[in-house]
Amino acid sequence: MTELAVPAPVPSPLLGRHEALGARIVEFAGWLMPVQYAGILEEHRAVRSAAGLFDLSHMGELVVEGPEAGQALAAALVTDPPALAVGRAQYSMICAPDGGILDDLIVYRLADDRFMVVANASNARTVSDALAERLDGFGAVLDDRSLATGLVAVQGPRSIDILQPLASVDLAHIRYYGIAEGVVAGIPALIARTGYTGEDGFELFVDVDRAGEVWDVALEAGRRHGLVPVGLGARDTLRLEAGMPLYGNELDRATTPFEAGLGRVVKLSKPGDFTGRTALEKVAADGVRRRLVGLVLRGRGIARHGYPVLDADGPTGVVTSGTMSPSLGSAIAMAYVAPGHTEPGTMLDVEIRGVRVSAEVVPLPFYRRPA
Amino acid sequence: MVPGDLRYTKEHEWIRLEGDEAVVGITRFAADQLGDIVFVELPAPGRALEAHATFGVVESVKAVSDLFAPVAGEVIAINDALAGAPELVNSDPYGEGWMLRVRLADAAAVEALLDPSAYEQLVAEG
Repeated sequence: MTELAVPAPVPSPLLGRHEALGARIVEFAGWLMPVQYAGILEEHRAVRSAAGLFDLSHMGELVVEGPEAGQALAAALVTDPPALAVGRAQYSMICAPDGGILDDLIVYRLADDRFMVVANASNARTVSDALAERLDGFGAVLDDRSLATGLVAVQGPRSIDILQPLASVDLAHIRYYGIAEGVVAGIPALIARTGYTGEDGFELFVDVDRAGEVWDVALEAGRRHGLVPVGLGARDTLRLEAGMPLYGNELDRATTPFEAGLGRVVKLSKPGDFTGRTALEKVAADGVRRRLVGLVLRGRGIARHGYPVLDADGPTGVVTSGTMSPSLGSAIAMAYVAPGHTEPGTMLDVEIRGVRVSAEVVPLPFYRRPA
Repeated sequence: MVPGDLRYTKEHEWIRLEGDEAVVGITRFAADQLGDIVFVELPAPGRALEAHATFGVVESVKAVSDLFAPVAGEVIAINDALAGAPELVNSDPYGEGWMLRVRLADAAAVEALLDPSAYEQLVAEG
């Protein structure tokens, strides 16, 4: 027997509601979260055609505040948060000195001297610790609000119709990657037009004690619009169709943003040093040894995380995520391959249980919502 | 309740004896646990099956699971409908969601599998 102390998983603040809705509960990143309710396909399709309600209370919310909050984040992250207008957000990453990705993030500018960094649940502690260290010497303090914050998302084309009657602010004035303070169903909320599904939608950051009320009101108000509760299972198929990376699959400590096709996120032109700059400048100059691509399988089978990708000469890469795409009706995957194989139309093979199955390189995303 | 005219395995396959042949599929419990089934891979007819050996895979949106042969025999037919409609395993696991028709090496081996009450107990005990 090992003496390793495994911390008990933290129940979502909405766990009782998920159980009452018949959800299947799993442990994910140290939390007890719903993986599915009615079924992944049904939930996936509801988000594409109407709307879905997500409990994302496991995400990490890190507030950085102070006269030098922007500068401090610019030194800690690969993006340039001081360039954000108040009420705007950016996709970002925090890297190690060697350029490896510690996490991918959304940074929201809440005020001149106040930012909120949203981290993946699995990395919330790592990011919190790294930020605390990197803020040292700056006029900025870190407030880890992860456990005090509930996060409920409404995603899908009917999101605005569902939420507008409940909201104190004109949601049309919050643009994609915008955020505003407001009141939803009588509850103070930060209302962000962001998400991880490839659809229009909103993320509502509220006091953890009020998350249940927001959930209940949104679920009730959304039903006549076709909204259903959606678990982590469909969240994964939705983000994969949208070509969005998942930390632990496409991104990890041994991967740089450039390999993941996210070089544009790294602002090498910003003033000042930042953690990872020297290493990332070298990667930008020298090029990468592997690149993330999208694959659509042309033969029978489903490519899964870890399956080898082959060219005529042998192994050339590995699948990072794969599923049967509910929207396309085909098996789709993301994979790292040699830089010579990234051109759309390139034919490769995925090895599935010892058999080569043909797969075509396609541009990402696999799915784009109708204009 | 599981159908009373079938035998079952611990791996949640069912088998229906029809003379010296048998039909094989997975139970509703297994299908429900897997969730939405999106892919089924079955052996070619003519293939010899060893008891307890894997004969194929069933994949849900999230997971890949092996299928195990309940008894030894030769595959004489597979359910071709599952190639285009794997969801039949969810909607009708004991009927249209069948997987294999097997010519049994030893029909008596079926009798040695779990009877309906033993299988129900297995499921109840989780």
